[in-house]
Amino acid sequence: MVKLNINGIEVQAKEGVTVFEAAEQVGIYIPTLCHHPDLSTFGACRVCMVEANGRLVTACRAPVEDGMVVKTDTEDVNKVRLYNVELTLAYHNQDCQTCSRNGNCKLQEVARFVGVTPESMEGIRRSRVEQFIDDSNPFFHRDNTKCILCGICIRTCEEINGVSAIDFAYRGYKTAVSTVGDKPIKESRCESCGECLERCPTGALYRSKPAVPEREVESVCTYCGVGCGIYLGVRGEKVVSVRGNEENPANRGDLCVKGRFGFDFVNHPDRLKTPLMKKNGNWQEVSWEEALSFVADKINGLRKEHGSQVLGGVSSARCTNEENYLFQKLFRSMGTNNVDHCARL
Amino acid sequence: MTNSLGDIEEAEAFFITGSNTTETHPVISYRVRRAKKRGAKVIVADPRRIRMAEEADVFLQLKPGTNVALLQGIAKVILEEKLYQEEFVREKCEGFDEFAEALQAVKLDEVSKITGVPEEKITQAARIYAGNKPATILYAMGITQHAQGTDNVLALASLAMLTGNMGKRGGGVNPLRGQNNVQGACDMAALPNVFPGYQPVTSEEARKKFEKAYGAEIPGKPGKPMTVMFKEALTGGIKGLYIMGENPVMSEADSAKAREALQKMELVVVQDIFFNETCEYADVVLPAASFAEKDGSFVNTERRVQRIRKAINPPGEAKSDTEIISELAGKIGLKGFNYSSQEEIMQEIASLVPKWAGINYKRMENGGICWPCPDENHPGTPILYTEKFLRESGKALFKPVTYQEPQETPDEEYPFALTTGRILYHYHTGTMTRRVEGLSSLYGAEKVWINQNDAEKMSINQGDRVKVASRRGEVTAEAMPAREVLEGTVFMTFHFAEACANELTNTAMDPVAKIPELKVCAVKVERA
Repeated sequence: MVKLNINGIEVQAKEGVTVFEAAEQVGIYIPTLCHHPDLSTFGACRVCMVEANGRLVTACRAPVEDGMVVKTDTEDVNKVRLYNVELTLAYHNQDCQTCSRNGNCKLQEVARFVGVTPESMEGIRRSRVEQFIDDSNPFFHRDNTKCILCGICIRTCEEINGVSAIDFAYRGYKTAVSTVGDKPIKESRCESCGECLERCPTGALYRSKPAVPEREVESVCTYCGVGCGIYLGVRGEKVVSVRGNEENPANRGDLCVKGRFGFDFVNHPDRLKTPLMKKNGNWQEVSWEEALSFVADKINGLRKEHGSQVLGGVSSARCTNEENYLFQKLFRSMGTNNVDHCARL
Repeated sequence: MTNSLGDIEEAEAFFITGSNTTETHPVISYRVRRAKKRGAKVIVADPRRIRMAEEADVFLQLKPGTNVALLQGIAKVILEEKLYQEEFVREKCEGFDEFAEALQAVKLDEVSKITGVPEEKITQAARIYAGNKPATILYAMGITQHAQGTDNVLALASLAMLTGNMGKRGGGVNPLRGQNNVQGACDMAALPNVFPGYQPVTSEEARKKFEKAYGAEIPGKPGKPMTVMFKEALTGGIKGLYIMGENPVMSEADSAKAREALQKMELVVVQDIFFNETCEYADVVLPAASFAEKDGSFVNTERRVQRIRKAINPPGEAKSDTEIISELAGKIGLKGFNYSSQEEIMQEIASLVPKWAGINYKRMENGGICWPCPDENHPGTPILYTEKFLRESGKALFKPVTYQEPQETPDEEYPFALTTGRILYHYHTGTMTRRVEGLSSLYGAEKVWINQNDAEKMSINQGDRVKVASRRGEVTAEAMPAREVLEGTVFMTFHFAEACANELTNTAMDPVAKIPELKVCAVKVERA
C-alpha cells in the first residue's frame, strides 16, 4: 500500500493505481473526457490535470507514489483544464438541445465543472468543422461534429470485442475516427455490436432510433446460449431498448448486435394474436375455447383409436424451463415418452 | 459446458473447432480475443476460414466431415511426443492402453490426406494444445451435426483427458449451446429417453417416482426422437404432432421430407409467436407469448439457471405457453396442471430433480446459479468433475473411435460438399431476426458462399443467381465467391425461407444421438 495526500485527505492506495483512481476511491471528482473504467488509459484529453508534488500531470496516467501530495483545485490546474475544454468546445457542434446525449453528456458535465461560460468562450475563435454523418449502419450513426477524439470508441473496438474496425486517421486539424480506407462503417469489418455507442461520452455515436425507456426490466437475452443478462427498456406496451447487465456473470455487460438491437420482433405487427383453425382450406380466427377443445378432442380420439404412442410432442429450446417441464409432463401424463425438441438442429 | 464462461477466459490455449464463435456466440468470442491479447494461444479447426481464424496461432482448414481423423492425428502426436499427462491419465482415467493401441493404426500422412491439413500443422496444434496449461476446448454444431457426431465429441474428450484438462479452471470440453434455452429444454427432459434431470426412463426407480408424481402410467422404454417421429409419420407410426416454438419445415434436414411427414399426419398443432413456415401444414395455430411477455427461467450454455421477467403483456389474445399447456391438459382430462405461478412449477422441478434440488427463484437472483445444485446450501457447480467423474469407478473412460467418411460425399454428379451454419445477423429460421429491419438491411438474403477459384471456373460472379441442388431438392440464391471457403465446398444458412439450405441437407444421422448430418452433403452448383 502507498500513502498519499489528496487535497489534505490522507489516502491509502494499492501500488500501481493511478492518481485518478486513488481520488475516485475517496470520492474526489476529477473531470475527464477520454478515460473509461473498462478500457486502458489514453491520456489524450488533458482535462484530468492535477498538481502532484508541484508538477502538473494527467491523473489518469500518473501512478501513485508514497508521500505524494496531490492538489486538484489550484489556479494552474483550473486554468489548464478550462483551456483544454474550451479548445474542445470550439470545434464542437453547438446543437445541444436536439442531441440524444443532452443531459447525459460527458462534455456538458465536464464543461460545467471546469466553469466554461459564454464570456470565457468569447476569446476563442470558433471554427466550423464540415459535418459528415455516417448513417450506413442501421442501428447507430456517427456525427463527426460531435466527436471529441477521445478514442474511447477505438479502444472499445480493440479491447472489448477485439474487432479493431476503427482508428484515428488523418493528422492535426483533420484528425478523425475512421475505418480502413475511410469507407462507411457498414462496409468495414465492424460487427455492429454497439459497444462503442454505449461508451461514447458525447452524441457523436447515437442510436438511429433513440428511445428513452420509461422503466427497465431485468431479463436474459433470447438469442444464443450465452445467456447474456439484459435490461429490457419499456415504454407503454413496447420494448424500446436493450442494455447489457454489468452485474451478470455470463456477459458482464457485453452484448452483440442481435442482443442489443434485435428486439423489434417483439412488437412486430406480424405477431399471432388469436388462435387460428383451418376450415375448408382457409385460415379462420377462432376462440381459445374452440381451438383447445378441437385439439383436446382430436388428441383423445387418436389415443382411443391407436394408443398414445402415435402422438409426438416437439418442445422448444426457445421456451422456458418451466414450459419445457410442463410440455414433457403433458406427454408423459398421457403415457408416452415421444417428446423431443430442437437440440439437434 | 464442463466449465463456466468466467473460468475458460483463464485458459492459456483455446482449441476452437466446429464453432464459428464470432458469429454464433459473439460475446464468448470477445473473451477469446481478449485472452489472445494477453498472450493465450488459439487453435482453430474449421472447413471455413472463419473470423476466429485471424486470431489463430495455427488454423487447420479441414475438409467437411473429417473431424475424427484430425482429432486422432492430434492425439497421435500427443502420445508419440509424450506430451500427455501421465499422472492424470493413470489416476483419473481408464482404458488408456486400448486407446493408445487403437491409435497405433493411425498414420499422420494418411490423416493429412483425409483432412487436407498439412502434417506439420497437426503437429503444431498438438504441441500448442498439450503444451499450454490450462487449455480449453470450445465446440459447437460443426462437431455434433455429423453421422459421427458422438465419435467427434468422444475424440475431443479424449484430448482433454490425455492432457489432464478436466475438472480445472480454464480447461474442459465446452459445447457452446446455440439457443437461449437448449440446455434447459434438455435438463427439463424435452427428450424421449430421460425424465427431468437426465433420470433415464429405463430406470425403474425414476419411472416409479414420476408415475407417482404425475398420476399416470409411463412406458419404461424411450420414446421417439424428433428425427424418428418425422420418419415414422410417413408410415403412420406418428399421427398427431404438437409443435411448440419450432419451425421444423426449415430446421429439419431435408425439408421436402419434413413437409411430406406433416401432410401425412392427422393432427398438427403449432404454437408460436409468428405464423412460421410450419404453420402452413397445421390444423390449428396457437398464439404464444414472447420472452419479454412472461416470467420463467432459462439455462445458459454454462448450466447457469437465470430468471427472465415479464416486461409487457402479450399482444391480442396471445397467452404464455404455460397457460396454453395447462388449459389444454385440463381439456384432455389430465390432472396436476393448475399452478398459481412459475415459481410453483420450479418448486415441483426441484422436488423431482436431485441435481436441481437446491434451485429456487430466490437463489436465481443476482446472476443465477449453475447446476448441479443438490441442496439449498450448495453454491452450485460452475466446473464439473473437479473431484471425480460420473462413472461408478469415478474415473473417465477413454473410448477409441474410428474415422468414417461422411454418409454422402461429393461425386461426379454432385461435386461439391455443402456445409451449413448461421451468420452473425440472423438466428435459426429467421422468424425473429428477419422481422428486425436493421438486421435485414445488414444481411437481407441468402448467399451461396463458394470458393473464388471454383466460381471463376464456372464464370460465376458475385451477385449472380446460382442454383444449388442435391439429391433431395434445390434452391436458388445469390453467389458469394470468397476465399473463406475451401475449394470444392459451399456454405449456406437456414435463415431464409426462400432459399433454405435444409431443402438440400441429408437426413443420415448419428446412431447414438440421432442428430442429422447437417454439416456435409453433396451438391451441384450452376448458374441459375
